[in-house]
Amino acid sequence: MRRDIRTAAAALLILTILLGFGYSLALTGISQVLFGDRADGSRVTDEGRVAGSKLIGQDFSDDDSYFQSRPSASGYAGDATAFSNLGPNSRRLARQLSARADAYLKLEGPYNAGLTRAEIPPDAVMTSASGVDPMISVANARIQANRVAAVREMPVAEVDALIDEHTTGRGLGFLGEPGVNVLELNLALDGVEPR
Amino acid sequence: MTANGWIQIGFYLAVLVALTPLLGRYMARVYTGERVVLTPLLAPAERFFYRAIGTRAESGQDWRSYARSVLVFSALSWLLLYLILRTQGIQPLNPQGFGSAPWDVAFNATSSFVSNTNWQFYGGETTMSYFSQMVGLAVQNFLSAAVGMAVLIAVIRGIVSRGSHDLGNFWVDLTRSLLYVLLPISILGALFLVSQGVVQTLDGYLDVSTLAGGRQGIALGPAASQIAIKQLGTNGGGFFNVNSSMPFENPTALSNFVEVVFILLIPAALTATFGKMVGSARQGWAIFVTMLVLLLVGIGVSYAGEQAGSPAQDAAGITASADGAGSTGGNLEGKEQRFGIASSTEWAAITTAASNGSVNSSLDSYTGVGGVVPLINMLTGEVIFGGVGSGLYGMLLFVLLAVFIAGLMVGRTPEYLGKKIEAKEIKLVMIGTLVVPLLVLVLTAVAISTKWGAVSIFNAGPQGFSETLYAYGSQGNNNGSAFAGYTGFVQPNAPGNAGSFGITFADLLGGFAMLIGRFVPLLAALAVAGSLAGKRIAPAGPGTLRTDNGTFVLLLIFVIVVVAALTFFPALLLGPIGQGLTERLF
Repeated sequence: MRRDIRTAAAALLILTILLGFGYSLALTGISQVLFGDRADGSRVTDEGRVAGSKLIGQDFSDDDSYFQSRPSASGYAGDATAFSNLGPNSRRLARQLSARADAYLKLEGPYNAGLTRAEIPPDAVMTSASGVDPMISVANARIQANRVAAVREMPVAEVDALIDEHTTGRGLGFLGEPGVNVLELNLALDGVEPR
Repeated sequence: MTANGWIQIGFYLAVLVALTPLLGRYMARVYTGERVVLTPLLAPAERFFYRAIGTRAESGQDWRSYARSVLVFSALSWLLLYLILRTQGIQPLNPQGFGSAPWDVAFNATSSFVSNTNWQFYGGETTMSYFSQMVGLAVQNFLSAAVGMAVLIAVIRGIVSRGSHDLGNFWVDLTRSLLYVLLPISILGALFLVSQGVVQTLDGYLDVSTLAGGRQGIALGPAASQIAIKQLGTNGGGFFNVNSSMPFENPTALSNFVEVVFILLIPAALTATFGKMVGSARQGWAIFVTMLVLLLVGIGVSYAGEQAGSPAQDAAGITASADGAGSTGGNLEGKEQRFGIASSTEWAAITTAASNGSVNSSLDSYTGVGGVVPLINMLTGEVIFGGVGSGLYGMLLFVLLAVFIAGLMVGRTPEYLGKKIEAKEIKLVMIGTLVVPLLVLVLTAVAISTKWGAVSIFNAGPQGFSETLYAYGSQGNNNGSAFAGYTGFVQPNAPGNAGSFGITFADLLGGFAMLIGRFVPLLAALAVAGSLAGKRIAPAGPGTLRTDNGTFVLLLIFVIVVVAALTFFPALLLGPIGQGLTERLF
C-alpha cells in the first residue's frame, strides 16, 4: 500500500508537470507562432481599434441599418455564455418565440410585402446555443437585405452581393449548414462609400 | 430531414469504420509492448518514467493489486484537483482574478473530472482560472481517460490469460495510454482546432466596443489544448460554459467534424484492439456492430424529432421547413446556425452514446422525441461505445450476461472465448450492470420528491422531471452532458465568480453518484477478469455458442435494450416520452 502511494504520488507529480504545464504551454507557444491571429481570438478591427471577434456574434438590435444577429439568451455576452434551457413544451418559450416573431414581422414586413410567420426562418427567432452565434441563415439574410438596402439607400443587388461574399458554405461542401457572418457583413456595409 | 443531412451522417460512419481497425491494431501493439512508429522516440522517456516512479515494467499484477493501484492513483488525483480548485484564488495565471471554488462545488467538480464524467455545476469562463483549467482540469482529462483504457486492457488480459493471474502492470498501461495514444493525437487535434479558430492564449479577456456602439466582454484562454483531449478522452467538460457550441471551442463545420470523430475514435478502435488481443478480429467487429446499430437508431430518431419541431414553436407559428432557400427549418432553439439540425443531433446522439457529454447544442431545448435519445443512450449504461476503456469493459459485462442467458436457453454451461462463465462471474456481472441503474433511480426519486432537489429544477411540467432524471442518469453513468436548466450552483453576480455558491444537495448527491458510477463497475470488471484469468481455455466444439455472428449481435442488443427498458421505461414515460406525445404547453 505504502509502495503504491509512493509510486502514485511520483507519477502524478511528473504527469502534472508534463500534461499540465508542458503540453498546454508548448501548444500555446506553437499556436502563437503558427496561427497567431486565430489563437488570439480572430479579432476584427474597425478604424484601428479592436471591435470584437469575427467568431463572436454582437448585438445590433438598436440600429436597423444593420443586419440583426440571432436572438441571444445571454445578452450576447462573450464572457458569460449561457443556453436559454427552455424546454420543448415550455409556455414561456412559446410566448418568447411569438413576441420575437411579431417584432421580426414589424421590422422586416414593411420591406418584404406579404411576409408571414410561417416564412420566418427559425434562426431569426430562436436563440442560439452559445448566445453569440456569429451567423444567420441565408434565408434570414435575404429577408433582412431589403430593409438594410432601403435604410442605407443602397441597391438591393449590392447588399445581396455582400451577403454572398460573407456566406460560408458547408464544410467540404456537405458538412454543417451555410451561414452568413453578421459582424463581417455589417463591417463591409459600413465600408461601402456613400453615394 | 434532408439528403445532405444523411450524407453527413453516412460520411461520419464511413470514417469511423475506416479508422477503427487502423488505430485499434496500433493500440494492441502498444499494449503488448511491440514496436510501433513512436517507439524510438518514446521508449527512453518511458524507461526514465518507470525508474522515476519506482516500478519494474516487467512485473505484473493480479487483479487485486491492479485495482489497488487504480484506486490509490485516482484518490491522489482527487486530492490534488480538490486542492487546486480550493486554492485557486492564490494561484498564478488568473487574469480575471477568480476566487477559489466553494467546498461543495469543488467536491462535485473534482469527483466529476477524476471519474471521467466532466459534469459541470460551474461555468468555465466565469469561475475557472487558466491555472485551474490547464493544471487541474486538463490533466485529469488525460489521466481519467488513461485509467479507463488501462483497466480495459487488464480485463482483456484476464479473458485471454491461460491460467496465469497476471493482468499486466497498471503503471505501464497508464503510461503507454498517455504517451503513445492520448498525447500525440491530442497535440495534432489541438493544432488543427487552432487553425480553425479555437483560442489558445494566456491573455486576459477582451472588453471591446462593438460596431453598434455597445460593450462586449470576450473570454479567451488556453482552450484548444484542453478541447482536443476533452473529446479524445470521452471527458466532455467544456472550457466555456456552453461547451462546444461556443465558437471559440468549435468555430466551423470542419472543427465540428473533427471533434465528433475524436469523441468515438478511441472507444470504437478499442473494439478492434480487443479483437486483436483475443486473436479474432471478428469478435471485435461483433461488438462494434452491436454498438453501431444502437447508435444509428439513436441518431435517426433524434434527427427526425428535432427536424419536426417543438410544440412551443408550433404554438408560436414558427413552422418554416428545411428548404433550398437556405434555412434549416426545425427546432433551432439552442442550436447554432453553422451546425444546423443534422450536425447537432448527430453530435447529441454520439456524445451520449460515448460517455463524452460535450454538447454543440442545448439538450434541454430538444423535443421529447429528440431528447429521449440522449437519455436512453446514457441509461443503457454507457456501453454504446461508451467511455474510453470503460465503455468496452462495461459492454463485456453485458456480453457475459448475454452468453449466460443463451446458455440458460440451450441448457449448456455458458462459455466466452473458451472460458467457462460460472456463478461467481455472473454475480459480479450483476453488480457491475445493476448497481448504477439502481443508483440512478433512487437518486432521481430522492431529488424529485424533496424540497432540496426541487430548487435545482428550471423548467415546469414533465421537463422538470426529465432534467432531474437526466442529471442523475448522466452523473451516475459518467457521461456529463446535461439538461442544463438543472443547476447545482447559482451565480447571482456572474461574471466574476463573486457570488458562486453551491446548491449543496445537488453537488453532493451528484458527486457521490459519479464516484460510485465510476468505481463499482470498474472494480466488478476487474474482479471478473481476475476470476476468468485463472481458468483454462476449453477448445471450441460443435456445441459452442458462437459470439462473433449476427445471431449473437441480435441477442446482445436484445439484452442491453431489455435491461434498460425494464429499469427505466416508467421513468422515461413520465418525462420525455410523455412530452413527445403531447402538444400541450406547461
